[in-house]
Amino acid sequence: MCAKAHVYRRDHINTDEIIPARYLNDDTEAALAKHAMEDLDVNFIKTVAQGDFVIAGEDFGCGSSREHAVWALRGAGVKVVVADSFARIFYRNCLNNGFLAIECKGLSQKVDSGDEMEIDVTNSVLTNKTKGKEYRFIPLPQFALDIIEAGGLLDYVGKK
Amino acid sequence: MGSTITEKILAKHCNQDTVSPGQLINADIDVIMCHDVTTTPALTMLEEKGLTEIARPDSIVVIPDHFVPNKDIKSADMVARIRRWVKANQIQKFYDLGRHGVCHGILPEQGHVAPGLTIIGADSHTCTHGALGAFSTGIGSTDLAAAIATGKLWFKVPESILFNLKGKLPEGVYSKDVILEIITRIGVDGALYKAMEFRGELIDSLSIEARMTICNMAIEAGGKSGIIEADDKTLAYLNGRYKGEFEVVTSDPDAEYSKTYDIDVSALEPVVSFPHLPSNGKKISEIREDVKLDQAYLGSCTNGRIEDLRIAAEILKGRKCHPETRMIVVPATTDIWKQASKEGLIDIFMEAGATVTAATCGACLGGHNGILAAGEKCISSTNRNFVGRMGSPKSEVYLGSPATVAASAIAGQITDPRKYLQ
Repeated sequence: MCAKAHVYRRDHINTDEIIPARYLNDDTEAALAKHAMEDLDVNFIKTVAQGDFVIAGEDFGCGSSREHAVWALRGAGVKVVVADSFARIFYRNCLNNGFLAIECKGLSQKVDSGDEMEIDVTNSVLTNKTKGKEYRFIPLPQFALDIIEAGGLLDYVGKK
Repeated sequence: MGSTITEKILAKHCNQDTVSPGQLINADIDVIMCHDVTTTPALTMLEEKGLTEIARPDSIVVIPDHFVPNKDIKSADMVARIRRWVKANQIQKFYDLGRHGVCHGILPEQGHVAPGLTIIGADSHTCTHGALGAFSTGIGSTDLAAAIATGKLWFKVPESILFNLKGKLPEGVYSKDVILEIITRIGVDGALYKAMEFRGELIDSLSIEARMTICNMAIEAGGKSGIIEADDKTLAYLNGRYKGEFEVVTSDPDAEYSKTYDIDVSALEPVVSFPHLPSNGKKISEIREDVKLDQAYLGSCTNGRIEDLRIAAEILKGRKCHPETRMIVVPATTDIWKQASKEGLIDIFMEAGATVTAATCGACLGGHNGILAAGEKCISSTNRNFVGRMGSPKSEVYLGSPATVAASAIAGQITDPRKYLQ
């Protein structure tokens, strides 16, 4: 299975674009997944596959606190979001779900949509297999790794 | 080195003398605000994990507001489920239809906010309540579930940015114009992860409601919270509302800020944020093109309070909305609705050709109650003008003050409110 990149060279992609409010009357991942990124790119859902990467610019996930944005992306198959930076609540939501939100400055300028990607969380390395390039990213803090390892915040606090 | 108000509140809530920016803490939460859209997923998680006991039922305030009155069957099911949860757990602070309202209108109005508290809400505009000197921030559903189950939540202590706001506002210019100007200057991520602390001559001169408008939009600059130290006006507002004890917390004179902005508002004009970011603000005199409007929307947690309705009514009194511009007025809470009715404001709006609806978040987030069609343009007193925010992804939202919304509804295009205030 090869994971493909979906690159958006744009800043401030907001949670309204990731999952529009008109779909928030259902919080099941399968229902939300059908509309992932709908107001940004209607073709996203037609091309995304299990394990794929979304790569974007600064302040990804700004706006509404809706965790539905994380569930829509995960439900659609996305495994990792890489951005120059993340909006605060979206980042918390990713972490709390054990979903990978990786900060890597400038990656959206170096990767093209369709490139085959790999991630090594332990060593903080992203690999672009299509271009034969490696990129280091800001390591996740231990606290984040602990939550991800536990499977999310509720399992983490449940264990404590 | 001293501490900021934010650092002091957080330190107290994790039983430490001081905390520093960047430090991870697990803080006690005084108030947990739940609304319809983000709470139902939290309930599912809590059930799935078997965490069905609420740590402190008294800390929970439940305010369904986004899709109420129920917009469709799925939304009705969501609120019905929340209602069952409230009943089963004997949660007392529940604002069902009839005493309901937009959560950030209800929370302070009904006396759930006080200085020095820690407040979380599963809604990004929870930063509103910093206007009363509390640490208040928006979170997601998993955070909400964790806080319901444990009474605590993890935070990274934020750095603070200080906004020294000098001068007094000219006539026709309001706190909404100030915050749109600030966001335009620093950008939608200009305060990313930071606490935005507002003070100065301008803040002193503003009402509590006008201060709420400023803190409400901290999130539109990426902020974790907005905060204003409590003063005599705050205490007067709390008198008769907040029943518990509280402690006024202030920043030390030698507190450290990651940045300080000195902004003089004396010469500020009305500001309108153009699609599709709140930071696309333009001063009204710099808008050269005619922006014809299909809709004018007055409401929301940003500007749906009684003062906002008074400001709009003053302009609309004896005038008519443009025949091609529909105006929708949504008082933010039931009590605001009642007060507006007593003061004759509802009549003024209806006489002007506007429609006045029940309190709801509704069209502010493109939920219901005034959705825009493709190609339509709306001037709105709300907080976001993202693509598709109020309906079709091909519609456009322009953000402005209640005065700008009212004036523009009359003219049928974006208009300087000062024209109608002379």
